[in-house]
Amino acid sequence: MKSFKQHTGLVAPIDRANVDTDMIIPKQFLKSIKRSGFGPNLFDELRYLDEGLPDQDASNRPLNKDFPLNWPRYKGASILLARENFGCGSSREHAPWALDDYGFRVVIASSFADIFYNNCFKNGLLPIVLSKDIVESLFLALEANEGYELLVDLQQQSISLPDGTSLSFEIDAFYKQCLLEGLDEIGLTLQDADSIAAFEQQWRVNSPWLFGAL
Amino acid sequence: MAGLTLYDKLWDSHLVKQRDDGSALLYIDRHLLHEVTSPQAFEGLRLAGRKPWRIDANLATADHNVPTTPAERAGGIAAITDKVARIQVQTLDDNCEAFGITEFKMNDAGQGIVHVIGPEQGATLPGMTVVCGDSHTATHGALGALAHGIGTSEVEHVLASQCLVAKKMKNMLVRVDGELGTGVTAKDVVLAVIARLGTAGGTGYAMEFGGEVFRKMSMEGRMTVCNMAIEAGARVGMVAVDDITLDYVKGRKYAPSDDVWPAAVANWQTLHSDNDAVFDAVVEFQGADIQPQVSWGTSPEMVLPVSAVVPDPEQMEDPVKREGAIRALQYMDLQVGQKLTDIKVDRVFIGSCTNSRIEDLRAAADVARGRKVAANVKQVLIVPGSQAVKAQAEAEQLDQIFIDAGMEWREPGCSMCLAMNADKLGAGEHCASTSNRNFEGRQGKGGRTHLVSPAMAAAAAVAGHFVDVRELMSTETT
Repeated sequence: MKSFKQHTGLVAPIDRANVDTDMIIPKQFLKSIKRSGFGPNLFDELRYLDEGLPDQDASNRPLNKDFPLNWPRYKGASILLARENFGCGSSREHAPWALDDYGFRVVIASSFADIFYNNCFKNGLLPIVLSKDIVESLFLALEANEGYELLVDLQQQSISLPDGTSLSFEIDAFYKQCLLEGLDEIGLTLQDADSIAAFEQQWRVNSPWLFGAL
Repeated sequence: MAGLTLYDKLWDSHLVKQRDDGSALLYIDRHLLHEVTSPQAFEGLRLAGRKPWRIDANLATADHNVPTTPAERAGGIAAITDKVARIQVQTLDDNCEAFGITEFKMNDAGQGIVHVIGPEQGATLPGMTVVCGDSHTATHGALGALAHGIGTSEVEHVLASQCLVAKKMKNMLVRVDGELGTGVTAKDVVLAVIARLGTAGGTGYAMEFGGEVFRKMSMEGRMTVCNMAIEAGARVGMVAVDDITLDYVKGRKYAPSDDVWPAAVANWQTLHSDNDAVFDAVVEFQGADIQPQVSWGTSPEMVLPVSAVVPDPEQMEDPVKREGAIRALQYMDLQVGQKLTDIKVDRVFIGSCTNSRIEDLRAAADVARGRKVAANVKQVLIVPGSQAVKAQAEAEQLDQIFIDAGMEWREPGCSMCLAMNADKLGAGEHCASTSNRNFEGRQGKGGRTHLVSPAMAAAAAVAGHFVDVRELMSTETT
């Protein structure tokens, strides 16, 4: 898995609550059997004026000029600033894949939906929860300052702001470690293969009806 | 010491290892796979040179992408006109073949929407942990199982290790006491719950549905309710095991055989929250207060009783809700104060893992019987949840009722719930839909979804606009 230690990047806004994963990556792109290439279709229905198709060259599609990611000032952004309940709805991991493929490394929001939050860590994408008030202040600062960049340090659990102040954030110890070291989570679990096998053997004895052949 | 909740019991019984950092390894009994969220996981296994840990814990089916017109379906995978979809459905077959995983292929008798076939085949059972790369996996919690959706990396993780790295959730009880009125269904109950809790109200919780209304509810109804727990933010929805559960499970294809059945039942009868169990949150409703519901906006929390009018965002105190409502009304092209019953319907979709079971089709057929689809309605799709549901409905001649009414009788699949295949809304079209999400563009770019029960969807189909289904029911009795 891709590691995440420290990142400095330009911030871009998506200023609405309850951004669902259908919005992040619409269903027609889920037909792909690959894990990459979703970046051009991130926020497809908001970004373009026409209807996007899988396997289509997106470079000549008509852009929605009202959508911030299409604005020159947010070109090259790698930190997404969002509002509450970001990533709700479908469990599609294509959502973090699309964010990652576009170039985002960090998503900051006042809350995340559970499955999306979990999926981020599997892809080296850092979701950061900050209070509503702080998120609001970041939106204001972002709007007021072109070229607004943040430095995110996972080890320190801190965000350095352009005005010299910094913010701290909470993160689960296990996920922090996985991201810092870029750990292969499956490999880590399989280090406990003996425990799993022992549990399974006992469970099969206790609940044989759960082990019927399919 | 306080008693345990159903979730506590299921968690404890599947705990392989509690780690110091708060995470845990949880053993997974049943892993369901479909074509959309599995190919990258199989590829990951291959690249790492890993094999599935326990092959017979896995069951696969093709549902999200399959065409539902009888003509396209009859030709098998080679006849799927959408090339990208064809490759994906074929890839599932190839992967299941290569890894030896049992699969109900597109035209097999066991095929259907993954959350319909699991319980229907007895492949998901009380007391199991069930996961699937689909957020509506909460459906299986209706059986007294611990079931939730996972991402594709976790699909690979479960394939490789039979475990999930998990953190324990908090416990929430949603209790609905009393009785439901005539014409009020499981779908109306869960929509009313989501309207109250909001789409993030259940985030971080395992949600148990308790109270008299759920005790009397059929298994199909319980599945509808648990299915939509995720729309209130809860990954897990569940209902305690009782005689209704046991009666449902007994005799199904993969249900325990007679020799272990008594032991299984003895164990399953413990699968309920203890009387002195402590929940982190409790939400209470009275069944009699719940009316048939219609969603008016672009989030499953934007729901009102059918008798209501489109709400005024300016009356909403919460600025986030207000802004969401303003945006939703614009997208849905609705006017403040407009009666929900004045919203005209262009298409109707009856299907999805929420509402495509036999009871749902019977409810829709009861309304459609002897009536015709209104002239302004372009299309009414009836998409059974599985081949078995389809066969049962045809045995009851429900298909003929739908066809006589001017509706289309389709082949099983996810269809217009997420519109990955050809079944979708055009821009600006309003749809009465028995599915679970009314997000912008969910059923087609620019499409406008209104979530309702199967009976309410059928009523909208024949009226041409939303209507309180109880009015049609009273006409029948006079």
